[in-house]
Amino acid sequence: MTKQEQHTSTKRYGMVIDLDRCTGCGACMVACYAENNVPFSKDESDKMLTLNWIRVFKVDNGKPFPDTEICYIPKPCMQCDGEHMDGHSPCVSVCPAVATDYDHLTGIVSQIYTRCFGCRYCMAACPYHARKFNWWDPVWPAEMEKYLNPDVSVRMRGVVEKCSFCYHRYQKARNKAYLEGRDEVYEDEYQPACVEACPTKAITFGDLLNPEHQVYKLSKSRKAFRLLEKLNTNPKVYYMTSKKWVRRKTDNYIENESPGETRNSSKTQKASH
Amino acid sequence: MTTPAIPEGVKRCSTGKFALGLAVAGAVLLWGVYAMFLVWYKGLNQTGMDNAYGFALWIWADLAIIAFGGGAFFSGFLTYIIGRKELKSIINYAVIIGVICYSSALLILGLDVGQPLRGWFIFWHANVHSMLTEVAFCLSLYLGVLVIEFIPVVLENPKLDRFRFIHHFSHNMHEVMAVFAATGVFLSFFHQGSLGGVAGVLYGRPFSFREGLLIWPWTFFLFTWSAAAVGPCVTVLITWLTEKIAGKKLVKQEIFRMLGKISGWMLLTYMIAKIADTWYWAAVTAPSKGFALMDFYTNNPIYGIWILIAELVVCGLVPALILISRKGRENNFLLAGAMILAVIGIGINRWVMILQVMAAPLLPFQDWYMYMPTWQEIATTILPIAYGTILIMLAYRYLPIFPQEKELNPGS
Amino acid sequence: MFPFIFEWEWDIAHLVFMGAAGFAVSIIGAGITYCILKTIYDTATEDGGEKGHH
Repeated sequence: MTKQEQHTSTKRYGMVIDLDRCTGCGACMVACYAENNVPFSKDESDKMLTLNWIRVFKVDNGKPFPDTEICYIPKPCMQCDGEHMDGHSPCVSVCPAVATDYDHLTGIVSQIYTRCFGCRYCMAACPYHARKFNWWDPVWPAEMEKYLNPDVSVRMRGVVEKCSFCYHRYQKARNKAYLEGRDEVYEDEYQPACVEACPTKAITFGDLLNPEHQVYKLSKSRKAFRLLEKLNTNPKVYYMTSKKWVRRKTDNYIENESPGETRNSSKTQKASH
Repeated sequence: MTTPAIPEGVKRCSTGKFALGLAVAGAVLLWGVYAMFLVWYKGLNQTGMDNAYGFALWIWADLAIIAFGGGAFFSGFLTYIIGRKELKSIINYAVIIGVICYSSALLILGLDVGQPLRGWFIFWHANVHSMLTEVAFCLSLYLGVLVIEFIPVVLENPKLDRFRFIHHFSHNMHEVMAVFAATGVFLSFFHQGSLGGVAGVLYGRPFSFREGLLIWPWTFFLFTWSAAAVGPCVTVLITWLTEKIAGKKLVKQEIFRMLGKISGWMLLTYMIAKIADTWYWAAVTAPSKGFALMDFYTNNPIYGIWILIAELVVCGLVPALILISRKGRENNFLLAGAMILAVIGIGINRWVMILQVMAAPLLPFQDWYMYMPTWQEIATTILPIAYGTILIMLAYRYLPIFPQEKELNPGS
Repeated sequence: MFPFIFEWEWDIAHLVFMGAAGFAVSIIGAGITYCILKTIYDTATEDGGEKGHH
């Protein structure tokens, strides 16, 4: 792992997903498949064997009609900062061959496909099941191959892959900024495909450390929370909802414990901006 | 006159009978090898694993056989470092069992990775913070040590021993064996521990996560201790089985009892530590992550509280108490029964620390994940048994493994 | 694994880990080297048919 660079422009890119706005349409998933050359298999019905970098889950409040309520939870890689906010995310610290790394400049957890040798320890370590394994070699219909994104490498059988927050888009935006003589990448210059595709604008993306970015304010909202916050993985994907039952579905609580009581200091961000 | 291939003064079965045995074990081996090539050729889609089960039967098999092969390092430690010279009667066999276990573990690891040809990345691009890196380094080096410990036994075959260079080499290796054994103990401490650390460091998995000492979770120490406890039991049980098949005594009964006593005390102290660890995990660690103990043992078809009781009591405390009592050890049935229970107990421990970790859901809207191995996984897991049987058959027939054999079987 | 590979860091974790691995390899290597040299010496200096200890 590379040492944290003392750089004033250190970012912590993150997402805030407003669950009250998500309609579960799946546009984010489709956009992600196309943008990141995520292959599909012959049988897409078995979701435990197929690949997706973002997956929308459907949860309900468990009540019978007419009190049934539904919520859709899109789940990309959480890009965890790790227990001590130092980049030791659950997957990065266990990878034996440094095939996954935490970028201290952006906070994005990378996956190096040509370095990964497929031990799947990272998959065992990830509590969000964000990591997927290439059980087969990818095959696209011949005509579709022409539509593959040239900015994203395709992956081979036997390696792990996951959401990269469309890192190639960050690289493009950074190059553009550099050519224009800027240090800063504007908020709208770097947006992942899923964010752009969302028709209800349920997903907001930006630098969690930059007060001018929308995600900065949204992530500090009283309605904001993260999945499995008690595990102290410190994800950079936040969710928002006004529904209490949804909050209860996103973390584990022992008897007589409620979501409000467990919001702990782990949410405090490292102020390195 | 030609030198006989079979060691002097001992009797072995006819070549025909031996060939028949080899053919049976060989058939099972071929079945495993076929499955192995299917996995390498077609990929891991040949297994029952999926995105929830990154680790499954093979990793369990790895953890279990390395614990079972722990008899080699612990017997080596007792023989060469503590100085229990009487264990020299069984140390050769413990080493052979160790070689089988460790070479099998590495073979299974070679199968289990998605890109086997990149296996060397774990050394070349080593992430020293990963428990798996520590496992890979120590496991490979320790297999080297075991092979070094095995070489002098092979060189004692009469056909080889007549060469002066080989004779001296084998003698000189015996002379410095304590150095190799000590290195083996050092390496074993770390890799047995690291295998425990593999699951113990997963702070995103409350079922396996444990606090610990410095960088090592408690499972690190529990795995080393339990491997030392159960390893000698496996050595004794396989020796017994060999005696039954050969139809003769190979090692004095008191050696079994002595190892039983040592295993018993190791197992009892391990169980005390394990129960304390389980209690702390259930009362403090898991609740801090939002889980009550019974969350891990309900709402699924297999993993009930029975598995915890089986591991800690039936296959833990019970065999430990039998093995530490003189009466228990003197009754062959109880001695063997207790050792079998202890082996099953550690097998269960390794299973839950891998398979149940994968099975338990983390998000409240997800169900338990269930897994069924394919025949390819089962065949490749049985492969080491067939391979081990063949290696033991060859070693027993052609090498002077048991120094007490002649004394125990004067007529043959 | 080696300082010339880019992920190498001159930190305590790398030094302890690789130091311990190197130490174990050195002991094993030294042991084997000793055995080979001693065997060459023993074979060269033994007198005719006398057998060793076994």
